[in-house]
Amino acid sequence: MTLLTALARLLIFPGLLFAVPAAWFFLWVERKSVALMQERVGPPFMQPFFDFVKLLGKSTPPRSGIAGLLMRAWPLIAVSAAAGAVGLLPVLPSSGGFEGDLILLLALLELPSICIIAAGFSSRSIFGEIGSAREAALSVSYNIVFLLAIVSIAASQHTFRLDALASAPSTPLHWLGILAILVCLPAKLHINPFSLPNAEQEIYAGPMTEYAGPELAMWELSHGLEWVAGTGLVATLVAPHVSSVWLAAMIFVAISFAVVLLLSALAAATARLAIDTTVRFYWQCTLIFAVLAVSSALFMRFRS
Amino acid sequence: MKLWKRLMCTARRRSPWLFHMNSGSCNGCDIEIVAALSPRYDAEQLGVRLEGSPRHADILCVTGPVTRKAVGAVKTVYDQVLGPKAVIAIGSCPATTNVFIDSRTLDGPLDKHLPVDVFVPGCPPRPDAIIAGVAKAAEILAERGNNPPQTNVAIAAAEEVQQ
Repeated sequence: MTLLTALARLLIFPGLLFAVPAAWFFLWVERKSVALMQERVGPPFMQPFFDFVKLLGKSTPPRSGIAGLLMRAWPLIAVSAAAGAVGLLPVLPSSGGFEGDLILLLALLELPSICIIAAGFSSRSIFGEIGSAREAALSVSYNIVFLLAIVSIAASQHTFRLDALASAPSTPLHWLGILAILVCLPAKLHINPFSLPNAEQEIYAGPMTEYAGPELAMWELSHGLEWVAGTGLVATLVAPHVSSVWLAAMIFVAISFAVVLLLSALAAATARLAIDTTVRFYWQCTLIFAVLAVSSALFMRFRS
Repeated sequence: MKLWKRLMCTARRRSPWLFHMNSGSCNGCDIEIVAALSPRYDAEQLGVRLEGSPRHADILCVTGPVTRKAVGAVKTVYDQVLGPKAVIAIGSCPATTNVFIDSRTLDGPLDKHLPVDVFVPGCPPRPDAIIAGVAKAAEILAERGNNPPQTNVAIAAAEEVQQ
């Protein structure tokens, strides 16, 4: 039974069967809301799906040797890590099957961006290398804040277990941590104002410059799945604890959608920041805020 | 299998990604390509995306009369676009070399070097003509699939979309 539940969570909800259409839907919402804010009509509803199918039907350039093998492998690793992260989210109240903890979830959430860094460098394109260097600098800056936010939430609840964290009563500290995660999400998803790594037109397509056809389709999918995982993480932390499975799923989808709308509006309203401004923003402003959250969490824990 | 082919055909028609290549243009046509993506014309309704890398593109939009210096670059970029692909010659310059005809610095027109699928005439063409040209190229791409380019070409004019 536990194996069945685990498989159902990984393959159906919130796993692949839900996550892939949700990824396409969120990509569409992102493009559509940018279009609406620019007074355009924007892409049709099925656009990300058609893009994906079309890319699957395109040919790829011949790649040889270890570098070629790696270039084919990175997008697949990124997609499976992002899909695994979505499958781990404690959406449904009845826990069972495989129970991963927060640390595994964080590792899976981090893998796609490591894959992007490696992909840019293994493509040997100058634009890919610039993009990867930027992604690495960005990753080092926002991840400290992101991890501190997660640690502060975990420390305030005395646990790293996902389902316990999701059903924990909300405290002011909990909300402070969620706010810190929200600040990091635009950088994690490479959207404006932190769209440096894949800066469109500026450095062609960043780490993705040399990718084509099915490989690019996998990158698009992994980006969509990262949207689902990132917004889903916020949704599971924010969502109130309900016993009904259907209600829990609906609340999860609704909160994820709201977070996507918020981030898309931010992306449409801002321009790309330079790398030094971005790094300074994360190190100076948000790091202080995150350190405060962690220290007060630890203080609360020792006092109680 | 047949269903997959039909789906692929629809997807190719509905998702043309462009790469814009300037082969010595005066920048007039380039501005009009950007105008076609602007809020007034909004080519994204057809699924059009202007891509930064030729590797991602399906349709190569060439402007300019193809100068001697640009010939190598045009051929390289055409080879970098992966199949199935189509080429649009935007403006009168790549079609006929326009007012620069007989210039010793030119090695045009474009169809001397690449198989052009759609010509969009005009100096510069209107953005709606460019969008009509992209739509036509996407249809050609969907019908042709992985087969090699044919010799018959299409001409997209603004009147078609203004009706």
